[in-house]
Amino acid sequence: MSSLLYVDDQIPSDTSIDQRRTEKAVLQEYTEYAETHSNLNELRLEREAHSEYLARGLNYLSRWMVALDASKPWLTYWILHALDLLEVDISQDIIERGISSISTWQHPKGGFSGGSDQLAHLAPTYAAVNSLAILGTKEAFEVINRKSLYDFLMRMKKPDGSFTMHDGGEIDIRGSYCALSVAALTNLLTPELTANCNDFIKRAQTYEGGIGPYPGKEAHNGYTYCGIAAMQILGAVDELDLDALLTWCAERQMNLEGGFQGRTNKLVDGCYSFWGAGDFPIISAALERRIKSKSPNDSTSIDYLFDRDALQRYVLICCQDEQGGLADKPGVGPDYYHTCYCLSGLSIAQHHVYFDSSAAKKITEAGGDTSKGGTGSLMWVAAPDCTVLGDPDNLVAATHPVHNITIAKAKAMIHYFYAKELENIHHLLPKEAEIPQEDD
Amino acid sequence: MQDGHYASNPAWADVQPIPQDDGANPLVPIAYSREYSEAMDYFRAVSRTNEKSQRVLELTAHIIDMNPAHYTIWQYRQSLLDALKVDLEEELNFIDELAEDKAKNYQIWHHRQVVVEKLGDGSREIPFINQIIEEGSKNYHAWSYRQWVIQKFDLWKDELAYVEDNLRIDVRNNSAWNHRYFVVFSHPGHGVNQATIDREIEFAKKMIKIAPNNCSSWNYLLGVIRTTGYPVENLTPFLEDLKNGNIQSPYLLSTEIQVYEAVAKKENRSVDEKALEDISVSAGIAE
Repeated sequence: MSSLLYVDDQIPSDTSIDQRRTEKAVLQEYTEYAETHSNLNELRLEREAHSEYLARGLNYLSRWMVALDASKPWLTYWILHALDLLEVDISQDIIERGISSISTWQHPKGGFSGGSDQLAHLAPTYAAVNSLAILGTKEAFEVINRKSLYDFLMRMKKPDGSFTMHDGGEIDIRGSYCALSVAALTNLLTPELTANCNDFIKRAQTYEGGIGPYPGKEAHNGYTYCGIAAMQILGAVDELDLDALLTWCAERQMNLEGGFQGRTNKLVDGCYSFWGAGDFPIISAALERRIKSKSPNDSTSIDYLFDRDALQRYVLICCQDEQGGLADKPGVGPDYYHTCYCLSGLSIAQHHVYFDSSAAKKITEAGGDTSKGGTGSLMWVAAPDCTVLGDPDNLVAATHPVHNITIAKAKAMIHYFYAKELENIHHLLPKEAEIPQEDD
Repeated sequence: MQDGHYASNPAWADVQPIPQDDGANPLVPIAYSREYSEAMDYFRAVSRTNEKSQRVLELTAHIIDMNPAHYTIWQYRQSLLDALKVDLEEELNFIDELAEDKAKNYQIWHHRQVVVEKLGDGSREIPFINQIIEEGSKNYHAWSYRQWVIQKFDLWKDELAYVEDNLRIDVRNNSAWNHRYFVVFSHPGHGVNQATIDREIEFAKKMIKIAPNNCSSWNYLLGVIRTTGYPVENLTPFLEDLKNGNIQSPYLLSTEIQVYEAVAKKENRSVDEKALEDISVSAGIAE
């Protein structure tokens, strides 16, 4: 493994010194694992500890969490999504309390706020809608006031196709993704809402190939995911420079660590397990589309763009805290944000989620539009074969590459809000593959 | 201080605090400190009556100090700046102080931009940003805000030198590389000519020679080539040079492949897998 260490060309600088220090810490974790285990099959996702850590947060957060007082819907989303990935049943009590709490965060003029009596903001709006999707009942879906939500989204929209995060707030590509994701889930994706959105995102792709928050700014994996997923919702991924994008995304997986960094020459961080690896299902689908457009009978599936084992190794050995929860890197304590995105990344690494282009073709022929929006989101399927490192029980639920809630939860919400549009094409939708159960 | 900052304070005696209402048995409840929840209760009361006063300005500062991510409070504070005709230089002092240990917070930077825009004077900004970058050379917000400032106040002149200073300290600082691209290629009214492109390519090559395994300088080189249409095959002598110097770098290999593919495409040849393999072997990277 030492051949994977960072090469500093005998010119040490802050970047290379920090990088080597991190590699040393990661290598120590890997060495310790190797010394105490006979092989990787013993590698375990500590489900019970994580579930307990997560469940605690739903009921009590210490005063030190006050920094997230304007991010309440994020807290419910991070925790509920992580529990859902771990396939922990969400109790009736949590569903009812969730519905009640999230209702108090809905703003009378549309959208959701970071907490009660706060301004509506696109990021908590995304987190609230995703949380309601995870709660998954009709009552939960009905919390959303779609009419005022649409007014809010249109109020945040700028003529150049960007979105401001809240009245008088900052503009960046998170806004595009949050607005388009909730609109796709709740059937609000009108031409007025989507006009010019692709232009803004295209302009934010940098000379490096990744995407920044705003044209001119440094490429970053969080914003890159937002940009790619937003373009998928718009049916416009092919308008990005795909080759440059792919090269940049692939370069972000670290040689020795196996996890992802957020920007060129920055350190690995568990949260980019999702923001980084989550880019690949959408890129793979775009590349497959490109192959098909040249030779229609070629059904090559592209699934080698990142090292699935290495990412799982990083998450399982370096990010799990003994007391429950997952973290950025060794030596850093866990939090709900990192727990959510480490597990989401683990899901991406384990599952081969693909865009079912043959079902999409049939639906297109029947007059449906699978290239974008909610109907497009229904085309994603998790293949029955998985790549699970360590204990087979480490397998978590498959997450949706566009919305980052489980595929099942995303589809249930879309079915609810698109009932009329889907009436005639129901029988053509991709069937969810059964994941084979372990025989014991 | 049994009764906190406000309940026992005669200046606030006319205000009836409003407690937070998240409904019964809410999810993700935070066990707020007494100080925070009291301040928020008073804020709820004065924001409902839309009170614009000096005491509310101070109240927002108190809450922001405890929770700088509270965007609703910042937004309210912005409305006070106009209503109270707040001295904007004083407001910048307030942000200077906050930024000392909260430089990674979104709202502080956005607020600063709003204030400076109102003020119409950017003279304090570059020294302020420099100080933040000195403490965290890759501070994302600082570099982003810097772009806004130099655009807004036409401060492009010294930026290239600033980038080079930063790269001299750390040639791997990708934020500095990104800033270089911005300064060279986004300066309005300064069309990019061939001489500029050549200069940038030579600069990237020079930095690659210093540290051939630095991803940032390779990305810059290839990014300039891609976005300007400079022929990538012109790199061949440079790549040969590196190889002759026994340089081993995965970026050297991947650039060779790019050159090979570009030439094949131009000459309408299909890509020969064997040739690609030879490149890997000659770069000493393949098994």
